[in-house]
This record gives sequence, structure tokens and C-alpha cells, in this order.
Amino acid sequence: MAAPAASLPAPAVRRRARVGERPPGEPRRVAYLYILPGLAVFVAFVLLPLIHAGWISLFAWDGITPGEWVALENYKAVFTDPDLRAAFLHALVLLIFYAGLPIVIGLLLAAAMSRAPVRGLAAFRTILFLPQVIALVVVAVMWRMIYAPDGGLINGTLDAIGLGSLAQNWLGSFTLALPAVGLIGTWVMYGLAMVLFTAGVQKIPQSLYDAARVDGAGPVREFFAVTLPGLRAEIAVALTLTTIAALRNFDLVYITTRGGPGGSTSVPAYVVYDKAFKTGEVGGASAVGVCLAAAIFVLAFAINKFAERGAR
Amino acid sequence: MRSIVERPRWVAASCVALAALLAGCGASPGGSGDDNTEKADEARESSKVVDVSKAGDVTLTVWDQEVRGGQAKQIKQLNEAFQAKYPNVTIKRVAKSFDDLNTTLKLAVSGNKNVPDVVQANQGRQVMGQLVKGGLLRPLDAYADNYKWSDRYSATLLDLNRFSDDGKEFGGGSLYGLSQMGEIVGVYYNKDKVSTPPATFSEFEDQLEQAKSDGDVPISFGNLDPFAGIHEFQTVQNQYADKQAVRDFVFAKDGASFDTPENQEAATKLQDWAKAGYFTPDFNGTGYDPAWQQFAKGKGPFLIAGTWLTADLSDNMGDKVGFMLMPPAEEGGDPVSLGGESLPFAVTSKSENPDVAAAYIDFLTNAEAGQVLVDTNNLPAMKTDAAPSGGVSADVDKAWKTLNEADGFVPYIDYATPTFYDDISGGVQKLLGEKQDPSGFTSSLEKDYTKFTGSL
Repeated sequence: MAAPAASLPAPAVRRRARVGERPPGEPRRVAYLYILPGLAVFVAFVLLPLIHAGWISLFAWDGITPGEWVALENYKAVFTDPDLRAAFLHALVLLIFYAGLPIVIGLLLAAAMSRAPVRGLAAFRTILFLPQVIALVVVAVMWRMIYAPDGGLINGTLDAIGLGSLAQNWLGSFTLALPAVGLIGTWVMYGLAMVLFTAGVQKIPQSLYDAARVDGAGPVREFFAVTLPGLRAEIAVALTLTTIAALRNFDLVYITTRGGPGGSTSVPAYVVYDKAFKTGEVGGASAVGVCLAAAIFVLAFAINKFAERGAR
Repeated sequence: MRSIVERPRWVAASCVALAALLAGCGASPGGSGDDNTEKADEARESSKVVDVSKAGDVTLTVWDQEVRGGQAKQIKQLNEAFQAKYPNVTIKRVAKSFDDLNTTLKLAVSGNKNVPDVVQANQGRQVMGQLVKGGLLRPLDAYADNYKWSDRYSATLLDLNRFSDDGKEFGGGSLYGLSQMGEIVGVYYNKDKVSTPPATFSEFEDQLEQAKSDGDVPISFGNLDPFAGIHEFQTVQNQYADKQAVRDFVFAKDGASFDTPENQEAATKLQDWAKAGYFTPDFNGTGYDPAWQQFAKGKGPFLIAGTWLTADLSDNMGDKVGFMLMPPAEEGGDPVSLGGESLPFAVTSKSENPDVAAAYIDFLTNAEAGQVLVDTNNLPAMKTDAAPSGGVSADVDKAWKTLNEADGFVPYIDYATPTFYDDISGGVQKLLGEKQDPSGFTSSLEKDYTKFTGSL
């Protein structure tokens, strides 16, 4: 602590020398005062808990009795424990369903709506956006009923139209459970992507489309040459939001499968809950949480870098 | 340019902040490492039976999970009766769901402010064991002697609420709570489909085969909520494994193991049932409630479930539903069944009125309370003369008394370690989904088990 304190005066001196260089009317230091309320809240409710979680993650702690210092053991477990590794792998698979598919569907819907003016567009848009508005717990309870093997909507419909042989044990099968949970995510997220993209499409100048058509571009060519590049910023936003939703996904898994069958749908956020609140492994839970936060941060950062670089 | 110049300041500032923070975190997280035994001895010495009416104005904060049907009725009735008898006591009840209670209890009890006086702390290593280890519950032995609680309960039932003061030994040591209701996981049957209830285990299997060929679902089973699988497994396990061996396993006695020939036999049998189609099709994807509801609608002859469904099933099926213990291998053999008691009421170490709290627990479990429990369609855990008049509740009552006499209870196996609920419920899903063979099932669970017992 002594060393950084001793080095403080040096930059302060440099700063003072630079005060005169500033354009008038822009007192910089007072700006810190302006952001202080927000910063204080951020530090108190985000930064400090995060650092505290990082601290706890270095202990084997049951949440009650004194913890035992284990250094990076908990982090080692994240990479070596097959159950924990599986949870992170499942999260990556869910990325396809939460981020990949919704963006593809959103793009298709946006492209379709941009080409052909549909009567009652606002109504359609609202209906397609509805899944995004419903509380996730409600969504999960609803889909659990839809997926029910006996009398559920999907298997029931298949039976009714004579395709009973295609009926599946959706949430109970070791191979299908994860995609089945993922599809719920697709259903929730595509509305968000679509609304972002339809708004973005409206901002693309009509002249670009006219030019493309004059040049003889068909709908597909037009999509790739005009719509897609024009939506770069929106895609970045949609990708960031859906990626975060995919990685921190908890409610859907908790309500539909509780990580089952046999751990085949466990995801990091569910593991954090299970370890912290049920099995008394608070240190391990914190390590998983910190790794999850780091993964989300890296991915979100990469997506934004990627979008920025493309925009230049 | 500016950002480069300013960086050292930021780095310095954040270094200072971080250092201050780490200093603030100070030592390792968690409470003090006080000696539990000393604290427990003190608590035992200071415990006394008091005349509650002369205890002055007292507010007892009680956290319970008695929120369903008959359970909610009985606790409301008993709380009112207690406050009517002792107007100087106010009971501040905090009702939570089972899951909600278990996930929030540790934080509430280990806090320093607004700590509840009486809480329902689930048996086993997951909840009660950890609270005892942290010195957060008060040993009730002195009260038990004075109020003569051991006359009310069978020894097996009291043992389930016992831990050593350091929390390492389960099933022995000090008494930490009392339960109101008994629980049995047995076999419900549909009287329209089962004309003569099976008298032996092999007769039971014959009836499964018969039901299968009749196009019925022999055993209604939904394992999407995976606790159901534990009940199916233990019901079959009790046919093969010695009851004392399973108890020793749960209580982590020396030499206890999961990887035994008996457990493998049981796992093989259960997997064979799944292969033979004796369970609800797609059981791993079927919820717990839809499964028993299908049984109630007459989809098949049997349902293996706990007595917590008695009220719901008799509401739905009336006289058509019966309850029995899984029949033994030989007719007339001693019954063994998965069972136990509801979440015990315990007194927290930080309670300011432990003597009044103990009197409250005494009140919830005395003979009059037993009558209230029967009147509200619950199964009292304590010995009582009160008995239900008829219907499936009478079957349950009879089974409870038979089991008590034969000392036939085997506790829930997931009490065994803090993680064993996840381990065994996931294991049964894999076993029945044919992802794991019986020997892989027992050996991987043994590995999970020894990871914990090795740390004791």
C-alpha cells in the first residue's frame, strides 16, 4: 500500500502543468462529482460483491463455519471436474440456440418485412415480440407442459395427425433434453432480434435498395449486399444481449429439468445456485461464478471489438 | 495523450481500494471457530422448563414450511391455541415453501440480526448437519429429559434428529429437533385394478406383469423431478439390503459402503423393471404431479409415493385408493420401508428465549397436538391414541403403527452427504435411462460418498 501512495504526487504534478491546456469551460475534475452517485452504486452493488466473490472463491467454505484457504483449487476444479466442464460445454451448445438461431430467424423476418409491406405489420410485430415480454418462469412452466410426453402439446399434436411415432421424450432424453431447453431460448429471444433488425432496416436508405434493384439484384443478393451490412451494429447488439442471456441462463433449466436427466442439461448458473444454496460449497460456487462472469465479459468484449472493427 | 498520463493515478487509486478491501475481508469467510462442545454444554446447563405464562412478553419468530393443505391447517390451529393459552406470547410466523426455506435458512440463522427463534431444519447433512457444525442450533437434550420427549417417539425417529455437537456424527449425539408428522414411502394401489393386494414381493411383480399385458401402466412414475427416483430405488433396495446396513450408510458408520452386492441387485431389478416397461413411458421426461394425477385417473394399478399424497389421492379417488407397505419376500415377514418424519422444529443458538421456544415445540408435539394432526388429515409421528376413522388414511395409520412396532424404518438415503441428493437422483436417472449399468451406478455413487466420508 505504501508504494502506490508514494508514487501519487508525480502524476499530480504533471496534471497541474496541463491544466492550462484545457479548453475553457470544461472543468474536468468536477465531472467525477457528477458520476459519483452512479459510481458509488456501481461499486457498492457490482464491483465490491464481485471482488468479494473472487476472494471467497479462494476458500473451501460451506457458508457457515470458517473457510479453509485452498488458493486456486476451486478454479482447477472448474477445468478438471467433468461435471463442471460439462456445464460450461452445455452453455456453449445453448449459445447456438439462444444467440445463433434467434439472429438467423430475426434476420429472415426482418428481410421479409422490409421487402413486402404487410398489412397490420405492427400487430404481427407485437405478436412475434410477445415471448420476450413474458416472465421466464412462466415461459418455462408453459414449455414444461408443452413438452410433456403424455398429453403435452407437441406429442399430442403429433399423435392427432398420425405422426405418433415421431413423439419424443423431450425433457427426459439424454440427447434431446439440451436442445429442447435450447429451443425454448430460441423462442424467447428471436422476437428481440427481430425488433432490433426491423428497426435497423428502416434506417437503411431506400436508395441503396433501389440501386441494388437497378443492378438486377434478386432478393437473396439484395439481402447480402444491402440489408446484412446495414445491420452490422444491430447484429452486434443482438448478439451481445442473446449471448449474455445464453450464458447466464438459469430459470429455464431450474424449472424445466433441474439440470437433469443425469446432469445432461446442467449449466454454470444452475451449478452456482446448487453449490451455493444447497450443497454448501460456497467457494466452488464463487469460482464457477467468477469464471462465468469472465467468459461473458470476454465474449461481449470480443463481439463489440468485432463490430467496431467492421464499422471502420 | 491524456489517458496515458492519467492511468497511473487510476492504477494507484484502484490498488489502494483493492488493498483496503482485502484488508476489510480480512481473514477467511465464515463465523468464528469457537468450540461447539463448550457452547453446547453451556446451552444444556442453562436449559430449563419455565412457566411460559410468567415469562413476560415474548415474541417467537418461527420459520416453517407447513404451507400445504392439512399441514397449513394444523400449524395455524396450534399456533392460535398456544397464543390463547399464553397471551403474553406472540408468534411471528414466517411461512416458506420447502425449497425456499432450505435455501434461505443458513443465511438467516447465521446472521446477527432478526435471527428466528424456532426453525424447521431438514434432517441430514445438507441442512441440519451444517447448522450444527456451525454451532447455530441449540441442543435440546435437557428439555427432552424434562419434558419426557423420549416417551413420545420411537428411538429410530429421534435418532434422525440427532447429531454430535461438532456435526460430524449423524444419527447419534445430541437431539436437535422434534418432528410432528410421520412419513412413509409405500405403495398406493387402485382398488378397481387390484382385487387382492400382493402379499409377497414376487406376487407384486406378477401383478406388474399382468398389468403390463392388460395395457395398463403398472407403476405410475414421473422422474423429471428427480426425487421420485430415490423413492423407487429405496423401495426396491429395502427388498435386498439389510435395514441396518442402509441406516449405517446414511449415518456414515465405519465400513458403510454403497458399492455392495445387495445394492447392485436392487439396481439391476429396478433397471429390469424399466426395461420391461413397468413404469410410465418416458418417465424421465414426466413430472411428479402429472404422474400421480395419471394414477388417480386410473391409468394403472400402482404408485410408489410418500404419505404426503394421501390427502390429494383420497380427494381424487375416494374409496378406490388403498395404501400398503411394499410386501416382503416371504409372506408375513417383517416390513421394511423408506420413511421417517417431517422437518424437525429446532431452536436456534441465537434465540433470546430458548426456554419459551422449547415449550412451544413441546406444545406442537404433545398428545393434544396429535389429535389436531389426525383431525387435519396428517399422520402424527408421535405415539398417540388418536386414529383416523377410515379410508386410505386408516391404511396409512395402520402401516405406520406396524412399521413402528417392527422398527422397520429406513431413512432417506440422500441425507448421507451434503451432495448425495444430486448424486443419487442423477444416478437413478442415468440407471433407468440405461446410461449407466448397475455396477457403474453403485461404484460411481460410492466414489461420491467416500469423497465426503473421507473428510470427516
